[in-house]
Parts: sequence; structure tokens; C-alpha cells
Amino acid sequence: MTTLVALMLRDMRLAVRVGGGALMGALFFLIVVVMVPFAVGPDLKLLARIGPAILWLGALLASLLALDRLFATDYEDGSLDLMMSAPTPLELTVAAKAIAHWLTTGLPLVVIAPLLGLMLNVEMGSMGWLMLTLLAGTPALTFIGLIGAALSVALRRGGLLLAVLVLPLTIPVLIFGVAAAEAAIAGPTPFGPAFTILCALSLASFVIGPFAAAAALRYGLE
Amino acid sequence: MAVIDLANPTRFLSLVNRVLPWLALATLIVFVVGLYRAMGAPDDYQQGATVKIMFLHVPAAWLGMLGWALMSVAALGTLVWRHPLADVAGKAAAPIGAAFTFICLVTGSLWGRPTWGTYWVWDARLTSVLVLLLLYLGVLALYWTAEDPGRGSRAAAVLTLVGAVNLPIIKFSVDWWNTLHQPASILRMGGSAIDPSILAPLLIMAAAFTLLFFTLLLAAMRNEILRRRVRTMRLMQAREMPA
Repeated sequence: MTTLVALMLRDMRLAVRVGGGALMGALFFLIVVVMVPFAVGPDLKLLARIGPAILWLGALLASLLALDRLFATDYEDGSLDLMMSAPTPLELTVAAKAIAHWLTTGLPLVVIAPLLGLMLNVEMGSMGWLMLTLLAGTPALTFIGLIGAALSVALRRGGLLLAVLVLPLTIPVLIFGVAAAEAAIAGPTPFGPAFTILCALSLASFVIGPFAAAAALRYGLE
Repeated sequence: MAVIDLANPTRFLSLVNRVLPWLALATLIVFVVGLYRAMGAPDDYQQGATVKIMFLHVPAAWLGMLGWALMSVAALGTLVWRHPLADVAGKAAAPIGAAFTFICLVTGSLWGRPTWGTYWVWDARLTSVLVLLLLYLGVLALYWTAEDPGRGSRAAAVLTLVGAVNLPIIKFSVDWWNTLHQPASILRMGGSAIDPSILAPLLIMAAAFTLLFFTLLLAAMRNEILRRRVRTMRLMQAREMPA
């Protein structure tokens, strides 16, 4: 157990240092959300209407771009080989890395979401609910992205391949995340059902992601 | 010759060379019969003759899903049983399944325009089939960007198994959600809801599409084996060249 905790702390420490890229995700989120009013125009009613969707899309894209970082540096300096040949099961190792990745990349997205919601004229009273949906959904994005990251590090082809592999798998998370957020803000539909399905997706990906990623690493790097 | 002998690529190639012409002939015959019966089927009382797109649309949808199911079995063969030809089968099936899924979406869209009034709608069935197409494209991207065929196939096999969760979602999407797309009318509790005069040509067309799938699959597997042999020979030749 202490091995996994040590691995998590190592990853978190590396992420917040120079070149770690922990807050880059949050910065990208900010930039994307700022771009939207330039594209759709400053009509506040329209922005309020699409606000939750834009926040969710921005969070998705920011998570996606940070996924490169998950395995690439470890693969390059040989730590990944050490992790794979260690006695700790590879599934737990990648799960620990994913948790550390979410804490340094996903959690900042949730924290700055209220500020960005302000820019998109999202109703502040429901901002808490929206943050809750992001809090429940960003782990799913990280753990599903874990699969794509493991597949593309094995092939040493970064960039768009990762996005092409991961995005179709994250569509359900996006659908239910936005449904829950809009239910909290406007909708006649209740918040509960969509939110619980979102939590279910996160829990399911928490199990499936590490197993699929470990398989991808084992078979891809052998 | 036992099935296990087919694991030998040379034996497999000789089998394909013997079987493929007959399979192609059978495909042609069943297609002709199917199209003849489809042309003779009665018009729908509401949709008129446009209902005949169904004879292309529904079998294409079934084959798109069958393609992914077959790829999933091939993926298990690659990862679990280490069958030598499993990854060849998976790599060969991917473009064919993707093509059938694309045909399903296009024919469905053309059918939707006169009957629903729109080319596209974001209901559960259409969206999940579109996601299936995106997953196919993702797997194709994996196969085609890997330099080493073996490594690429193993990665693609993992992705195939992860994406297999989409198949039951497609099948049951029209039952779980209230959608514009018609609910299940053939494989459902209580038996089929289609009149036999339309069901029979539909099943014949489905058989024709399936035969076409397997004809194309065997031909593609043969091509892939030969392609890998050419690659190996090139590598050997490069190794022997003076430095």
C-alpha cells in the first residue's frame, strides 16, 4: 500500500514542478472558455443557455490534452519498465498514477469552473451543482483517457491518435454530465437520475480503465 | 484437417484459395435471389416504395455489429489464446465492418429524409451507431499507425474489447430510450412483428450480406498474410545488404 501512496506522491510532486504541466490543463480550460464568446457572440442569454455544455466540453478537451503526460515521461526515462516489472500489480500501479493525475489535472478544472461560469453568464446559484457534476465526471474522463494513453504510449504515436481513441468512449460521460448540469440549472428533469448515472460511469471506469490500460501496456510493450 | 491446422498461414492460404471462388459465387446467387424477392415485396401502406431501403439498411446494420463482434472474438484470440491468425482476422474485419456501418448510416439518412422529414436526428439508436463508426475509425487508426504489425494488433485488440460494450447499447437503445428510430421488431420478446412477405426477403438479403462479409474477410485476410510476408522479405533483404 505504501508503494502506491509513494507513487501517487511522486507523480503529484512531479506534476506541480516546473515542466510538470499540472496547471496547464486549467489554463487551457480558461483559454477555450474565453474563445467561445468570440465565436458565438456576446449575447448573454445564448451564453447562459450553452454555458454548462461549454464548461463540460472545455473540461473534456483539457483532460484529453493532459493525458499525454500520464505515461510519456515515464516511458522515456525507463520508469515505466520498472513499474511493469515490479511486484506491485500493474493494474494498481496505473490506477494510482491515474488518481494522482486527476488530483493534479482534473481537480483544478473543477476549482476554476465557477470563475469561467461567471464569464459565460451561468446562473451562480446553480454553480455548486455544476461543480458537483464536474467533480463526479472528471474522474471518468481521466480513467477512460488512461486507456487511450496506455494504447498510444505503446505505439509511440502521440497527439491526435490519443484523441481519436478516447473521445468516442467519453461521449456517455459528456451526455450525462451536461444533462445533470442543465437539470440543476434550468430543466424540468430532476438532477438525481443523470447525476447518479454519471457517478456510475465514474465508478465503472475506475474499475475498467486500469485493467484495460494494464493490458494495453503489457501487450503493447512486450 | 482439423480446425487447429488453419492456424498455419500456408494451410489457411491454400484453404482460402480453394474456398473463395465458391463463396463468391454463393454470395452472387443469394444476392440475386434476395434482390428479386425484395423488388417483389409489397409496398408499405404508409411509406410506399421507400420501405425497400430497409432491405439494404437493416442487413448493413446487422453486419456492422457482427463485424465488431467478430473483431472482439479475434481480439480474445490475440490476447488470450494467442492464435496466430487472430490478429490478421481482426485487422481484416475492421475496414469491412466500418464500411457496412457507414452504409447503414447513409441509407438510414436517405430513408429518414422522406419519412421523418430530416436527414439526421440525435436519438439513441443513430447516436450509438455513429459512436460505433467512430470506434471503428479509432481501431483502424491504431492498426494503420503501428509500424510493427504485432504490437499494433495487440493494442487494437484491447481497444476492440473495450468498445464491445457499445454493442448491447446499440441493440437495446431503442427499448431503453424513447427514440425516433423504430423499436425492435424482429429479435424481440413475443416473436417478430413483421409480415412474412417482407421478413423473408429481409432475411435472404441478410444472408447475402453475411456471405459478402465473409467473402471479403477471407480475401482481406489473404492479402494481409501476403502483405506481412512481403514486409518480412524486405526486412531480410535490407539486413543482407552491405552496410
